[in-house]
Amino acid sequence: MSDVEIDLELDCRGMFCPMPIVKLKKATKEMQPGQVLRLVATDPGSKRDVPAWADKTGNEILYSNEKGKEYTFIIKVS
Amino acid sequence: MAIIVHSGTLDMLYPVFMLASTGGSMDMDVHLFFTFWGLNALKKGGLESAKLPGVMSLGTGMMKGKIKKVGVPSLPELLEMTRMTENVTIYACSTTMELMDVPKEQLIPEVDEIVGAASFLAIAMDADVQLFI
Repeated sequence: MSDVEIDLELDCRGMFCPMPIVKLKKATKEMQPGQVLRLVATDPGSKRDVPAWADKTGNEILYSNEKGKEYTFIIKVS
Repeated sequence: MAIIVHSGTLDMLYPVFMLASTGGSMDMDVHLFFTFWGLNALKKGGLESAKLPGVMSLGTGMMKGKIKKVGVPSLPELLEMTRMTENVTIYACSTTMELMDVPKEQLIPEVDEIVGAASFLAIAMDADVQLFI
């Protein structure tokens, strides 16, 4: 997704559960609704964890991608 | 989510705080009730000094070293993350405090309330997840 403006980059590479999720919560707490963040993680658990988190918290995943060991999620804050 | 924290060893406290920080980050209402050995974790310095169980306690240093090397947070760091979510309430068991002679002043400031089993059960009845760790 090249047309979406990213308001916050969240680099969680090298971090394991629950760090990416905890960082997501902290970031979205400080952001405004409508803002967009990009999360990059290497934790294999994050493939399912991030969508589960988004579903429960009501945040929207605009785009997700898996490339090698990296999982990228572009999330719009509700 | 309602968790009875009965155990006070490092290996048992990790799942408590992993689940609590994750649940709190998912906007779940999390309630942690520390009783029996779990109460030791709520004493000042308690989380820092939690050990592996039994004879494995001798390996606590090695385990903590590996934890740090891999990048997993320490228990005190996990407690801080848990509080950050603002969705987690920490309770100390009043009877255990009496049993083990732990005065309120010896508890960490993160303890929200001192309650008994009835309070915990009233909360647990409405929870979607109930655990005994």
